Amino acid sequence: MDLIDILTSAAFWAAAIRIASPLIFATMGELICERAGVLNLGIEGIMVAGAFAGWIAVWAGLPLWGGVAVAFAAGMAFGLLHATLSVPFGLSQHVVGIGVTLLATSLTFYTYRVVLPEVSSPPKIEAFQPFEVPILSHIPLIGPAFFAQTPLTYAAFLLVIAVALVLYRTPLGLAVRAAGENPQAVAAQGLSVTAIRMGAVIVGSGFMAVGGAFLTLSAFDSFFFDMVNGRGWICIALVVFGAWKPGKALLGAVLFAAFDALQIRLQQTPIGAVVPYQLFLMMPYILSILALVLMSRRAEVPAALMVTFNKGER
Amino acid sequence: MRLEPIANPGLARRLAPPALAIAGSFLVASLLALIAGGNPFAVFGAILKGAAGSKFALLETLNRATPLIFTGLAVAVAFRAKLWNIGAEAQLYAGAVVTVMLGTGALPWPSLPLLVVIGVAAMLAGALLLLIPALLKTRFGVDEVVTTLLFNFIFLLFVSYLLEGPLKDPMGMGWPKSARLIPEARLPRIIDGLRLHWGFVLALISALVLWVINTRTTLGFEMRAVGQNAEAARFAGIPVTRVILKTALLSGGLAALAGFSEVAGLKGSLTLDLSPGYGYTGIVVAMLALLHPLGVVVAALFVAAIFVGADAMSRALGVPSYLADIMLASALLMMVLAILLSKFRVVRD
Repeated sequence: MDLIDILTSAAFWAAAIRIASPLIFATMGELICERAGVLNLGIEGIMVAGAFAGWIAVWAGLPLWGGVAVAFAAGMAFGLLHATLSVPFGLSQHVVGIGVTLLATSLTFYTYRVVLPEVSSPPKIEAFQPFEVPILSHIPLIGPAFFAQTPLTYAAFLLVIAVALVLYRTPLGLAVRAAGENPQAVAAQGLSVTAIRMGAVIVGSGFMAVGGAFLTLSAFDSFFFDMVNGRGWICIALVVFGAWKPGKALLGAVLFAAFDALQIRLQQTPIGAVVPYQLFLMMPYILSILALVLMSRRAEVPAALMVTFNKGER
Repeated sequence: MRLEPIANPGLARRLAPPALAIAGSFLVASLLALIAGGNPFAVFGAILKGAAGSKFALLETLNRATPLIFTGLAVAVAFRAKLWNIGAEAQLYAGAVVTVMLGTGALPWPSLPLLVVIGVAAMLAGALLLLIPALLKTRFGVDEVVTTLLFNFIFLLFVSYLLEGPLKDPMGMGWPKSARLIPEARLPRIIDGLRLHWGFVLALISALVLWVINTRTTLGFEMRAVGQNAEAARFAGIPVTRVILKTALLSGGLAALAGFSEVAGLKGSLTLDLSPGYGYTGIVVAMLALLHPLGVVVAALFVAAIFVGADAMSRALGVPSYLADIMLASALLMMVLAILLSKFRVVRD
């Protein structure tokens, strides 16, 4: 298959958008946290917890959207833990984040073994089915790529719009951005930096968990231990790549997913017969590092990212 | 609420945090064991028995502690200089790869010089692997947490490639596994008949050496100064960038020794499941040890005992062994909180 053929096929772009969806949720979640001034390295573990929580809830009989809600709640719970330790107590965001990831991951695996002690392969659920948007899905190329996805993918794109609107068009968004840029000014306005940052981390973590749940409720129909596989860390790179802006981060996620979809297809071409498959699998991680290096020069980092705020201190 | 520094915390106030954090993690684990239908006393009894109840169990705990001492030291030295090396897992595998490359017959030397050369080469590989993220940090300001984490995935895929390609054992029946080390490249057992190898002693020596570096050398002083306040250190004339790079070399080298010791001392060959996350567990070990090199030895023994004991407990009582991972993750979080509370007072306003 020729490269041009791949890039002009609807199936390729449909796959890219599907691969991008969980990244979009989690990247938006991380972006909300970081705009408020908190680096959330709990993301990887929270995605694992979300993937499991959503799936087990549906397996236990909840409707699919109920599973999404359960995942969101699980993410918020871990977000609350992260926020409590990192905001009012001002503990190292690096250590707290790693700790939350380790805790969320091990709690998830433990719960899995307690709930399903004697299974060799995890049970399957009825996952989200693609929903063809009337009229739009009949547009050539774009239709099948963008408008024949599962409802959760549409939700991911709506989330980007919502995050952008709230961040840039509402007083709440202004407060969140200010908490990440100049917390002293926020406090001078009589607002609570602690409350704003904690809220951002809790809500952001909820979206990370929904990103994880996309894997079990939409991309696949079951839960596997290593299914998140570093996606959380990639999302941290995507936030930097997107210069902490929702639109750019979305673009980054889709571009990244397109590369991922491309490497999967290249594995089946004559190139794939020569190059070891591990090199293809490395590409997402290498790309993430390259993105971090390339953007480092002109990244507009929130000025108070990782700067703790202790009231009364100057 | 507000945090107020405590001027002169007493000895009790400084020693209480680790104790409370460990007690707290036992409490969390007890609750979870109850949920899984296990009696907490029976669970902890089984963990203790599984970790230290027999000569075999005790040796197993010491064996499990060995790689954790190395990765714990690697993390402790890096974190003390605020170099967030989360990539000990990859550096461990770098050391293991070098051990296999040099130890399967490439160098037909007698045992002692061969082991020294392999050990040094392994350390170099791990050091160089961490040097990349460290340079990206000092040159481009790229957060090393993310890059070292991503390197873990990249390097594990690289090892997977090596084990299916250049390093694959031709006699391995198709399994992705390296050839076995020649006898000269194996770390011998300390006492004949006891399943404990010289890697454990090497780990203890490394801890001592690091303690000496930390307390008795200029580099040790500089690393701490950079960790406490990089700006002030720069102002005081400390070459901050060079100190960070030296820290990276030291940290990566220590983590690589874990891979060397596991392959040359315990396994004798390299597979993709050489480390069940020793690199990540090293973070918990280092934090429980308050980043002190000698504390790392104690913490590694404690963590290894929990893991070994939990495996035995799980077989006996059916409570999932992930209980051990939960205990350690919660101990880590409670530890950092406890350290803070030993230095600051929470004031309501």
